[in-house]
Amino acid sequence: MTFYEVTFYVLAVVALLSAILVITCRNPVHSAIFLVLTLLSVALIFLQLQAEFMAAVQIIVYIGGIMVLFLFVIMLVNLDVAVRQAPYNRQRWIAGFAALVLLAEFTLFIYQGRDWAKLPPAAAEAVQPNTELIGRALFQNYILPFEVASLLLLVAMVGAVLMAKQR
Amino acid sequence: MTTLLEILDQPLVLALIRVLIVFTALSLIVAYLVYAERKILAHIQVRLGPMRVGPHGLLQPIADGLKLLLKEDIIPEGADRAVFWLAPAITVLASFTAFSLIPFADNFYVTDVNVGLLFVIAISSLGVLGIILGGWASNSHYPLLGALRSTAQLVSYEVALSFALISAILLAGTLSMNGIVKAQLQQGVWFAFMQPVAFFILFVAAIAETNRNPFDLPEAESELVAGFHTEYSGFRFSLFFLAEYAAMVLVSSIAVTLFLGGWLRPFPNVEWLGFLRFAPVVVFGAAGTWCFLRFFRFPTGREWFWQRLMLFALGAGAAAAALGLLYPPVLVASQGAFWFLAKVFLFLYAFIWFRGTFPRYRFDQLMRLGWHFMIPLAIVNVIFCGVGLVLSWELGWNRSLSLLLASGATLLVAAWLARERS
Repeated sequence: MTFYEVTFYVLAVVALLSAILVITCRNPVHSAIFLVLTLLSVALIFLQLQAEFMAAVQIIVYIGGIMVLFLFVIMLVNLDVAVRQAPYNRQRWIAGFAALVLLAEFTLFIYQGRDWAKLPPAAAEAVQPNTELIGRALFQNYILPFEVASLLLLVAMVGAVLMAKQR
Repeated sequence: MTTLLEILDQPLVLALIRVLIVFTALSLIVAYLVYAERKILAHIQVRLGPMRVGPHGLLQPIADGLKLLLKEDIIPEGADRAVFWLAPAITVLASFTAFSLIPFADNFYVTDVNVGLLFVIAISSLGVLGIILGGWASNSHYPLLGALRSTAQLVSYEVALSFALISAILLAGTLSMNGIVKAQLQQGVWFAFMQPVAFFILFVAAIAETNRNPFDLPEAESELVAGFHTEYSGFRFSLFFLAEYAAMVLVSSIAVTLFLGGWLRPFPNVEWLGFLRFAPVVVFGAAGTWCFLRFFRFPTGREWFWQRLMLFALGAGAAAAALGLLYPPVLVASQGAFWFLAKVFLFLYAFIWFRGTFPRYRFDQLMRLGWHFMIPLAIVNVIFCGVGLVLSWELGWNRSLSLLLASGATLLVAAWLARERS
């Protein structure tokens, strides 16, 4: 195994293990910490794939922004009450069944598509500073969908603020 | 000798050596930054400050560090031990790791990636996790409130900070930290003069990001004891302390790299100012002379023997450094690091100066300033900066003139915003 493979498998195992711990931890703050760990290892996998921009944005947006807000909210709400309320685990048989069906579907389709997924090795010029490429794609080729999406998010945000203020 | 060169030739070894140098120098700077803060604050308040340990208290940081290491490490009852242990580690790691992307000199940086600035922001934004987790894990009211305040403040001012950085990126056309410095060399002007408003926003947001006075609400002594690290003691407390001062050095380094020309000397393109390259010699010579003068005016009793000896040794060391710097290759090699550190120290001095002179904001005032003034101003500044650049690219306007007009327009908006607020 090369150094590249070793780091990939280490990161993948860490990401999966911490993802499992996110949903099995009893303490919501511990869950949040493991979610941070998951996101961080995914960011490092991006970095390993030479997608530096994606890695940096993953850390800035998800860990620096969203996870901090998660932790903020967890601390603000009264956790003792939340823990005593009935969690959604009454449906565990249905959920388990649905998960099995999904797993079977994924296995089937991945098995069927195993030949299409073989990508040719990247050309030498394919690996170039991808920040500029993403910028071009977002602000020149796909400017309209990008702006529509940003407008949608803005409307959702303003709406949320408005609803929170009316209460 | 050849084997040594072969070992040094491996890319990983060189990086490791640089990491070691940066880490050691940074720890030393942080330790003496605390000393400088105590000394400068004392002089602002017409006191002497630390004077006992070593001449003029120069060994005080070492004594303090030993004291903190030997103190009992208390974990409060009911604290979440794992998270309590983890929190200071996250903060320290975040603020020290970000230095691997700062170019200290033309050819001295740990790494230079093409999204360098984004990574610096990303890594330093991890530090807030340590603060919020530390406040929560302490299982105590003051730390929790301090952590909540701190997080709210950091998250809000991070937006303004990032927008201020964007205008520097627009001017430089690259995200690489070294590339930004080189762009300033090429254009022959520090970006602080092209984008004064962005520089101001960055400066204010940097003070808020590092929880410094007048925005030190998260650890306001009169309200919250000590904020998020109230329950921390001994070594863990010193970790938080280290991280806080390292973060100060970090934001100063970012501001210097983006807006004050990084490792460039002032007016790098003006030939006749070339004598400025002898500034390191002058600084070390002056320090050595001062040490010798103090040495002769020091009391001569037996109890002062070691302090006098240390002063003499310091003076001799500074004089030797000044003489060594006269050797041209050494002088050339030391230029970048000298100017970079000089600018960073200027920034740090301003931080300390502010702490000595400004009263503290109230929390709602702080948030209102952030959301109602700094962030809109930062957004407007980015828009006008873009407009100015497009004017110079497409219509062939003078670049400096169009950017100046953009800054003027931003200032008008700022005046309007300020009037709306009052």
